[in-house]
Amino acid sequence: MPEQIPTTKAELDAKFSEVYRAHLRDVYSYSYYRVGNHHDAEDLTEQTFLQAYRHFERALRESGGRPLRPWLIRIAHNLAANFYRDRSRKREASIEDADMVSAPHTTESLVEGREELAAILSGVQRLPDDRREALIMRFALGMDNREIARALGRSDGATKVLLHRAIRQLESIVSEDQVKISEER
Amino acid sequence: MSSGAADFESLLREALSPVDPPADLAARLESTLVSLTALAQEELESWELAAMGDPRNWVRPVAAAVVGAGAGTALVVLRVRSRHSKRRQQSSGLLDLAGRTARDIAEEARRILPG
Repeated sequence: MPEQIPTTKAELDAKFSEVYRAHLRDVYSYSYYRVGNHHDAEDLTEQTFLQAYRHFERALRESGGRPLRPWLIRIAHNLAANFYRDRSRKREASIEDADMVSAPHTTESLVEGREELAAILSGVQRLPDDRREALIMRFALGMDNREIARALGRSDGATKVLLHRAIRQLESIVSEDQVKISEER
Repeated sequence: MSSGAADFESLLREALSPVDPPADLAARLESTLVSLTALAQEELESWELAAMGDPRNWVRPVAAAVVGAGAGTALVVLRVRSRHSKRRQQSSGLLDLAGRTARDIAEEARRILPG
């Protein structure tokens, strides 16, 4: 049965609160793996939910009862793209500014002491954007192919291929890194 | 799927484990959202809301659009709210008040938030 659309402001706010609580961790995880540090991830998460709040009523109407997680992740995805664009502009404008806005990646701290996991995380950072995002959605957020397809604006089939290629490329990066390391030793 | 591929995916799942947001992020975000709603509501509740249906429906998006820029949002909300009485005295009616509020938010956001 399709979900009932809230008709009053109070109902709409209550519904938003429900969605927000259910997906805060997803949006934060996505943001964190996308931008690589807690400070920017917090900012991106905050902006994602404020943007979502603006368009929530329409999103509910248009979702037809489907889960809203892909919609939220798509907002975060678009904002992250702007974040990188703005950051690169600021870099061009001033070297001092660039030092301030480009915080170091700290995702490695999550897998400290686990070399194999650190190698995978480093490989993920070197994948093309669309492949990296697909892997984050699948493995960090546990999204299925259909959800990822909606978030990325692709077909289910194209998403399946994207994920497959992303995993194969990552495997290849990781094994090349291992060869290099063993040669150096 | 081969066992090698399954093992790799299992490692990948472990490497990309979900990250919990800092505890204060949820509180801060909720407070900003509540402030945005309360701001629009307080601005208009003493006027004849029936005159134009529910004007919060159009004031709120203006506030969210301008204020939704991350850091400093709570400050914008507080400063705009502090000038409520003055705007109300100067307004000739509901539409005028709503317009003045939206302009005030925009000006305050431009002053406080990073461009």
